Amino acid sequence: MDETSVTKTQDMPTGRKFVHVESIEARARRAGKLVAERAAREGLLDVAYGFAESPFGPLLVATTRRGLVRVAYPDLRPDEVLERLAREISPRVLESPQATEEIRRELEEYFDRKRRTFAVPVDLSRVQGFGAKILRQTARIPFGSVATYRDVATRAGSPGAVRAAGNALGANPVPIVVPCHRVVRTGGGLGGYTGGLERKVALLELEGATLPHHGGGSLTPRRR
Amino acid sequence: MRTATEARAEPRASEIPPFQIFLDEHRTVVYRFLIAAVGSNEADDCFQETFLAALRAYPKLANGDNLRAWVLAIATRKAIDAARARSRRPEPVADIVEMLDATATMRAEECDPAGPEIEDPLWADIQALPPRQRVALVHRVLLDRPYTELAAAMGTSMDAARANVYQALKKLREAWKSRG
Repeated sequence: MDETSVTKTQDMPTGRKFVHVESIEARARRAGKLVAERAAREGLLDVAYGFAESPFGPLLVATTRRGLVRVAYPDLRPDEVLERLAREISPRVLESPQATEEIRRELEEYFDRKRRTFAVPVDLSRVQGFGAKILRQTARIPFGSVATYRDVATRAGSPGAVRAAGNALGANPVPIVVPCHRVVRTGGGLGGYTGGLERKVALLELEGATLPHHGGGSLTPRRR
Repeated sequence: MRTATEARAEPRASEIPPFQIFLDEHRTVVYRFLIAAVGSNEADDCFQETFLAALRAYPKLANGDNLRAWVLAIATRKAIDAARARSRRPEPVADIVEMLDATATMRAEECDPAGPEIEDPLWADIQALPPRQRVALVHRVLLDRPYTELAAAMGTSMDAARANVYQALKKLREAWKSRG
């Protein structure tokens, strides 16, 4: 659409220069971007989101006042991710480059191999019971190393709950930052990954990790 | 006993979308309305006031139906407030938003008064209309909204909305004729 704003500069190329006329759409878009800033100042921004650059494409990152609440791979439609956040946390969801600046920078540094640990607080308040324990134990696995599903289940206090541990990791709302990619099968199998197995391999390679009982060999997923 | 399938087939009120999606969808119509209703200088301030008021009330909405009409009702109120602040004749305005099932309290902050910046005589005539007549005219003529929606947005009856548009057009015609 080429509707223009109703100002007296509308008509004319005056002299040599064309007067710049901003369309109503462009003015509305610019005004819309200011809403998130004012919302944040007035304490009305419950969920702020933005996009971080990554080798996998743009990652949607969302934060609450408590901390990082979501990292979503680009194969999920942003609208669907946002709808779920609106339903589960608050419909006051706004895009805010400012409010997500820290996590976006940390992720970009991680992918540039300039960062090994994340400093942003993580909001796991939506994750219940055993799942939260599993994710907290997973957050302790250091950069470049791996643990087995049985390891994290044991550290979370239930050595037998290997399958439950796998389910909790599969539902990790903040992959990469809570490094569920560092959890693998006993015996050297890679197990699964919320973002797809290729990404798990890519992350482990980026960290220079080697799998236990795997002879330090290739991380290529096994064919079935 | 009903099965789960039957329960799912029932028509349901739509969910409240994430605010950003709501904002992206309606920002242009709101902006266009405000440019016409309060002028280019005040449109930005009224736009912020409108969407912040909407954001305050947003979690209390019962469902996501008719969000366009809802936000235009808020914009209408902000436009009338701004016009009244400018004409230095502040009057109470009915709480349209409450009427539309959002119960949050909102501040009717003034938008900066500013003179009309457009020199077209017709535009000056529109700016000179009483606030309610001007807003009614913008809804009806510029946004092409039916009188039912117009009445809801203005918190008035259909007849009153019709009368506002009629009076506005009559005044514009008279002003136009008197200019020759």
